[in-house]
Amino acid sequence: MVGHSPPPFFKRGPAPLAKLVFFLVLSLALLVSDLNLRYLEAFRKGLSVLAYPLQMAAATPADFVRNASNYFASLVRLQIENKELKNRQLQGGERLLRLELIEQENRRLRALLEARERQPVKSVVAEIMYTAKDPFSRKVILDKGTQAGIEAGQAVVDDLGVIGQITRVFPMQSELTLLTDRDQAIPVMIVRNGLRAVLFGAGNGLMELRYLAANADVQAGDKVVTSGLDGVFLAGLPVATVAKVERDQARTFAGIPCLPAAGVEQYGQVLVLGHREALPPRPPEPEVINKGKGRRARAARD
Amino acid sequence: MQPNHRSRRILLPVKMWFVYTTLFIALFLNYIPTGHLPAVPDFVALVLAFWCVREPVKIGIGTGFLFGLLTDVGVGAALGQHAFAYVLLAYAANELSRRVLWFTPVEQALHVLPLLFISQALMVLVRLLAGAEFPGWWMFFGSFVAAALWIPLHYVLLLPQYQPVERDENRPI
Repeated sequence: MVGHSPPPFFKRGPAPLAKLVFFLVLSLALLVSDLNLRYLEAFRKGLSVLAYPLQMAAATPADFVRNASNYFASLVRLQIENKELKNRQLQGGERLLRLELIEQENRRLRALLEARERQPVKSVVAEIMYTAKDPFSRKVILDKGTQAGIEAGQAVVDDLGVIGQITRVFPMQSELTLLTDRDQAIPVMIVRNGLRAVLFGAGNGLMELRYLAANADVQAGDKVVTSGLDGVFLAGLPVATVAKVERDQARTFAGIPCLPAAGVEQYGQVLVLGHREALPPRPPEPEVINKGKGRRARAARD
Repeated sequence: MQPNHRSRRILLPVKMWFVYTTLFIALFLNYIPTGHLPAVPDFVALVLAFWCVREPVKIGIGTGFLFGLLTDVGVGAALGQHAFAYVLLAYAANELSRRVLWFTPVEQALHVLPLLFISQALMVLVRLLAGAEFPGWWMFFGSFVAAALWIPLHYVLLLPQYQPVERDENRPI
């Protein structure tokens, strides 16, 4: 027995400190792989089977509050809203009539030019149920999911413009990441001159046009619409308005904050647009002419 | 077991199904979509800290990790974010258990407040390092509300363990 430590009276598994280190490393590894590599969607789906019934039950009080406030909305307000909507529909109807005419004309012209026809996009009406609780991001939960045919990656618009993109889908719900989220980006162009750019969420309810040169032709008040280059968003949907342009000669790029065109931070009905047909494949890369200089050229040759 | 180490009252042993039921009820409360409402306490952290202090042998880091993952999935946070905070919280609460139980509920709440606050602050720090936007200072009020809830919670969660007082004149204790 000399030189041996006495056996423990109570079995308590590994030492607490070892357990702590193990679980800390495990959770950090999960965090990194979830945020950067997105390997864990299957694992998350598995866990959400356990969490889902509880989640549905927990959403009931919120539903109740929402419905109750609708129920007690005053008659006068509803009448005013009704009048407004009728007015708007009348205005919209007139434009719609002209649009049909133009669409037909467009189809004929495209047939003449032998261009590919633009396919109509199927869309689903959904309602924003509540804001996701995670305070680090700007996401909301919609009341339609896989069962209504919604898939991750679809674009979401309201009556004024684009509000975001579906990032996760559950059987009865889906998670919509708003354009103002820090991780969200959308390819856009400026209506006035067709300048292409990428619009990023700034996180504080605003958006930002990044990577535009300090002398780029952008003015405050410019309308920004989707360019459709990503193959996800349809071209020409209103996204934002340029709020101001900060040109600082010390920096390479101009700082251009933008105000979202749609009610990004509001509740209500939204339209989930169906997937666009795939863009034609990229043309093949031209053959690399090897002059045999540098490591990169050699790598390209091999 | 006693309500605290100074008390002369003896409690019944805890039932594990009751512990897990309360944890799931806390999870339910965490899932209620309050959006970005300020000062909403983290119920799972609070109940977990409570059982880690009361039952350091039975409830600890593993339970914290599991319920952290469930919270992450339910509230749409990054996977492992709450798990990280709860693992730290469970470890600290286990270690402090022998000290904390000497105090009255109000003093216990004062001990638990820094644990809740620090675990939440570390969680925010990890997310900020990963590139998230800062959610604002209001979210830390949740810890204070949670610590204030410790005092009623202390009575509610121990209720099933109280036994009727039977006075026996012949028994020495």
